[in-house]
Amino acid sequence: MSQKILAKDKVDAFLQGLCRDQDLFAPVMKDGKVGWGPVATAAEALWEFSNTEMSPKDFFFPQTECMMRFKNVQGDPQGMIMQAEAPLSRPRVLLNIRPCDAKAFQVLDLIFVQDEMTNDLYWRDKREKTALIGLACNDPCPTCFCTTVGSNPHGETGLDVLLVDLGDHFLAKALTEKGEALVKDLPAAAAGDEGQAAELKKAAEAKIKGGVAMDKVNAREVMELYDAPLWDRVMESCLNCGTCTFCCPTCHCFDIQDETQGEAGRRVRNWDYCMSWLFTMHGTGHNPRGTKKDRVRQRFMHKFKYIPVKRGGEIGCVGCGRCVQLCPVNIDVRKVVNDMNA
Amino acid sequence: MRNTYVPYPVSIKEVRVETEDKQLKSFWLQFLNSEDASAFNYTPGQFAELSISGYGEIPIGIASSPTEGRDLLFTVNKVGSVSSRLHNMKAGDIMGVRGPLGNSYPLKANKGKNIVIVAGGFAVTTLRSTMNWLLHPDNRGDFGEITFIYGARTPGMLLYTQEWTAWQQSGQANVHVTVDREAPGWSGLVGFVPTVTGDVAPKPDNAIALICGPPIMIKFTQPVFDKLGWQSDQIIMSLENRMKCGIGICGRCNVGPEYVCKDGPVFTKTQLDKLPREY
Repeated sequence: MSQKILAKDKVDAFLQGLCRDQDLFAPVMKDGKVGWGPVATAAEALWEFSNTEMSPKDFFFPQTECMMRFKNVQGDPQGMIMQAEAPLSRPRVLLNIRPCDAKAFQVLDLIFVQDEMTNDLYWRDKREKTALIGLACNDPCPTCFCTTVGSNPHGETGLDVLLVDLGDHFLAKALTEKGEALVKDLPAAAAGDEGQAAELKKAAEAKIKGGVAMDKVNAREVMELYDAPLWDRVMESCLNCGTCTFCCPTCHCFDIQDETQGEAGRRVRNWDYCMSWLFTMHGTGHNPRGTKKDRVRQRFMHKFKYIPVKRGGEIGCVGCGRCVQLCPVNIDVRKVVNDMNA
Repeated sequence: MRNTYVPYPVSIKEVRVETEDKQLKSFWLQFLNSEDASAFNYTPGQFAELSISGYGEIPIGIASSPTEGRDLLFTVNKVGSVSSRLHNMKAGDIMGVRGPLGNSYPLKANKGKNIVIVAGGFAVTTLRSTMNWLLHPDNRGDFGEITFIYGARTPGMLLYTQEWTAWQQSGQANVHVTVDREAPGWSGLVGFVPTVTGDVAPKPDNAIALICGPPIMIKFTQPVFDKLGWQSDQIIMSLENRMKCGIGICGRCNVGPEYVCKDGPVFTKTQLDKLPREY
């Protein structure tokens, strides 16, 4: 795969090229916060930021997504038959996505697409039609711990192109065929660029101080972790508010609901969360995860034990640190996992 | 590539009130498109999402057996908004079915063995499927003795009376049906399922047991099997949990790392002993 240069005064021209046949999105400043929005020029996009407040999972797994439609006319039997929603019409590019978030999508690929039956076409369609141009982190924040959960500030997993800010220009590393096509018109990298990027990578890794240890979590049986006393303590402070699930790039639980308005009917899926009491409640009133402790434990066990057990060791966390920043009662996932590992 | 969230359209062919309290109704469903019927290849123990546009979906065990033809049978308890709506539907109405979902009872892997079935209440649905499959001439010869123990609160709460009476009369299976208390007109067994199981005393040699019922029945049946010398890997149970996607993604039905909808609903007791009791 080729290594190219994107000069900073050539970014506009590069983005114009991208916009021609694709919708282009990047982190932008929105209402004083870093979020995702459509961009056409370099000035509209952010180039120096830690990360977006919310993960970009919404591009592949929208917070509310129409799955199918029907004509809500009871007397018209054909009308009540569900018709699947049309696929994405235009390809998209996500520019300046952080490596941790790209890695998260690769973890979710393992869950949304498993076999012929577990084959989420809504997810797949958007994944296949979206290119990811990552921006390496040269300056991770204190809540980042990607290096301890299999990701990296300069990580390449899940990306089509990785941009590394080398000061006056970016090194653009093509990582897939899709990425190769995106950077084909850029000039080749100079001799020292790769070495400089490697130095920046090492420096960025060194800035990540805290982290999680997983060796004992991996070695222990499910029930040993499940019955560990730490959950009584975590449960006491947790509000079950679900903020962590909302901002998390790998949280992917959803609900499916039917909506009707006059003759229009649709089946939608909405983000849901395991912290909710209703999430698991049976029609009879019986609730298999009936206590706050059951629910907070489910979230951590799912990411750090259940997903690794079922998905070949892959961890359901990429160390982005959003939940650490946003938890209203300061639950720190690093401390929870280290307690599981104690 | 098929979109597995989109239900196959079906029409309701027949509705039957199953129990005296009218809370359980059976629905025979017919595929509108014959290619959908061919694609819907299922085995006993699997379930499907019944889909009613505008109301939603509910996961229900398939009560018919593939040996009975292409129509599907579901027996549904009236509990929430989807099942209540379904109870108000009639023959000829259009709805959807999504599946087949989940794994099935390990029947083909246990050829040559004796099969003991223990069912309580309306958990008998997928075991009706199993019995019809086992007793079909194509399969009956592959198995040893078949014992069917089934209980409900009252005679009027027993499902599929016609079917189990026929199984009893066929001499192809040992059928023991019981009700909790004496009832007028009932000349059959009286007593709880665990007690009857103890009296029947199924032998563990070269056998598997399929147990499906309310938690209280399972709790008291377990020691009976233990006493008779059954091992955990011979005891097979079917779980149910709240579900949405039915294909192992949406995150609510899991019991530890296992998704009831995809890795289950059928588990051995050996498997369940290593999992949290989140069901």
